[in-house]
Amino acid sequence: MTLPTSRRLIEKAAVATPPALSGRIRGLSDRAIAWLFISPTIILLLAINIFPLIWTIWLSFTNYRANRPNAPLRDVGLAHYIDILTNPDIWAAMQVTARFVIATIAIQTVLGFLLAWLIDRKFRGAGFWTTVILLPMMLSPAVVGNFWTFLYQPQIGLFNYMVAFVSGIPPSSFQMLGDVKLSPWAIVLVDSWMWTPYVMLICLAGLRSIPDYIYEAAEVDRASKWRQFWTITLPMALPFIMLAVLFRGIENFKMFDMVNLLTGGGPGSTTEVASITLKREAFEKWRTGYSSAFAIILFVTVFGLANIYVKALNAVKAR
Amino acid sequence: MSGQTTAYSIVEPTLRAKRVAGVIIVFYAVLTIIPLVWIALTSIKSPPDSISYPPKVIPFVHFEPTIEGYCNLFTTRSRQTPEYLATLPPPAGRCETIAREKNLVVVSESKYIPRFVNSVVIAFGSTALAVFLGTLAAYGFSRFRVPLKDDLMFFILSTRMMPPIAVAIPIFLMYRELGLQDTRLGMILLYTSVNISLAVWLLKGFIDEIPREYEEAAMIDGYTRIQAFRKVVLPQAATGIAATAIFCMIFAWNEYAFAVLLTSGDAQTAPPFIPIIIGEGGQDWPAVAAGTTLFLIPIVVFTVLMRKHLLRGITFGAVRK
Repeated sequence: MTLPTSRRLIEKAAVATPPALSGRIRGLSDRAIAWLFISPTIILLLAINIFPLIWTIWLSFTNYRANRPNAPLRDVGLAHYIDILTNPDIWAAMQVTARFVIATIAIQTVLGFLLAWLIDRKFRGAGFWTTVILLPMMLSPAVVGNFWTFLYQPQIGLFNYMVAFVSGIPPSSFQMLGDVKLSPWAIVLVDSWMWTPYVMLICLAGLRSIPDYIYEAAEVDRASKWRQFWTITLPMALPFIMLAVLFRGIENFKMFDMVNLLTGGGPGSTTEVASITLKREAFEKWRTGYSSAFAIILFVTVFGLANIYVKALNAVKAR
Repeated sequence: MSGQTTAYSIVEPTLRAKRVAGVIIVFYAVLTIIPLVWIALTSIKSPPDSISYPPKVIPFVHFEPTIEGYCNLFTTRSRQTPEYLATLPPPAGRCETIAREKNLVVVSESKYIPRFVNSVVIAFGSTALAVFLGTLAAYGFSRFRVPLKDDLMFFILSTRMMPPIAVAIPIFLMYRELGLQDTRLGMILLYTSVNISLAVWLLKGFIDEIPREYEEAAMIDGYTRIQAFRKVVLPQAATGIAATAIFCMIFAWNEYAFAVLLTSGDAQTAPPFIPIIIGEGGQDWPAVAAGTTLFLIPIVVFTVLMRKHLLRGITFGAVRK
């Protein structure tokens, strides 16, 4: 946006309007316009987000089953909530989710920050290579995740071949998706492949927001590079890193598509994250009331954690 | 790389640091791009080449490129006896020829094109609606004193925190009642409601950056508020609106969870369809790769075009630069 064009616009505007209009009808009042502009969005959200949410809450107290809509409806009170909170399978799913979120965030934050720091060395061609690194994160996790099942094939998959090539172990000796120990890491790897660039991009913005003169001052004071990193770079980039962690945390807590396509929760239930459990309860077992209660618990959890986290983020920012 | 430094700064990284950083980044970039290259390569292999060990890498050297994957993507085929094939007229077109060599005949077109068209229609429809509503709402939030503004903005954002499966349960029931199940309209409305939070947040940021004085000047000259919005603000916000539109489009294009749960036939988009492309005896990987390649190309193009706005888009406008 340049000033000359805007000025030209104003001039055009000034000429185009008949002077008779000025001072007369101003059209609608600002208040009316504000509501006219905002209400369609609010109405849409009420219809497609809030109304269903309230419906979900109501269903969670009933024994409703979507595949038997005409069965008599019974009020079960808090039974579903109590059942879920005492069900070891649900807790197992929550643990799998928590481990997945923690592992992916740890890997992506460290690797993403490191990559951002390297890109910030401003070598030639950095822009091009940054765009290349960013590509995976824009692609459909489902469609690309699905292709990883091919890369992970024991004998014919490229991933196994490359690991075998580097490490010397036979490529058919390990199954990334079929092994209880390896399958969680298979998902963490694909997720990190896709989303490390996301953290990297936000960290890069953080690093670039640090003005040069601070480093120059530190240099004049003969602070070592190491000390500059710990006392300038990291603290000043921290709000950005925390923001990236927030977005990744929420997204991965909701994780469904990649897990559904890579392992479907298996083998056994080793990779069954909360969303997969929810899908099984809601759309395979058709326990609509029960899964509604689980959905509400999940929403309250992510909403509560995000709120606490945002408070921490604001505290860091205010420092 | 020349070592000349015109404006010397003591904080400029040393040449060696730059080189080391460059090498590591290029290494990572090459590693990260391998799966994507592999998708494109697999799409031009024959099924036996695609699963050979060791992997065949370079076209024309290790394997002969073929359009068989694309043929299999676009057609359905059935196996016939050689005696029956001999009675048929000569094959029309490359795909038919390839099929005949394997004792197959092309029976019909596959569902890939209708699924792809669904993706296009739903992505465009929901993007247009989200950007239209989002622009109005963003202008309202940016310029007027709206009661509970921060709460409303947060409410709009919080709709994104719901796990899609949790949203899908009541939407499934609601759409069943309204007859919107497995319809394009239903998916457009659903994606609009998801995208609108992104649109409002991003566009509010873009409109906040346009000085109010422009509209005020126009209004002093006799424009009504709405005229000023249309003739002054909208042209100024055009870049922001375009960027927002592309982000909404990418979301709708990539979305899988809602699509797999709420569509099964008429309105099914490409993401739930591509993983279930199967050939004779298991997954037909070249066909899957062909479908994936065609599906990814538009996004790759958009990403390259949008690289300056990426940061803003992925953080809901929280980080601007």
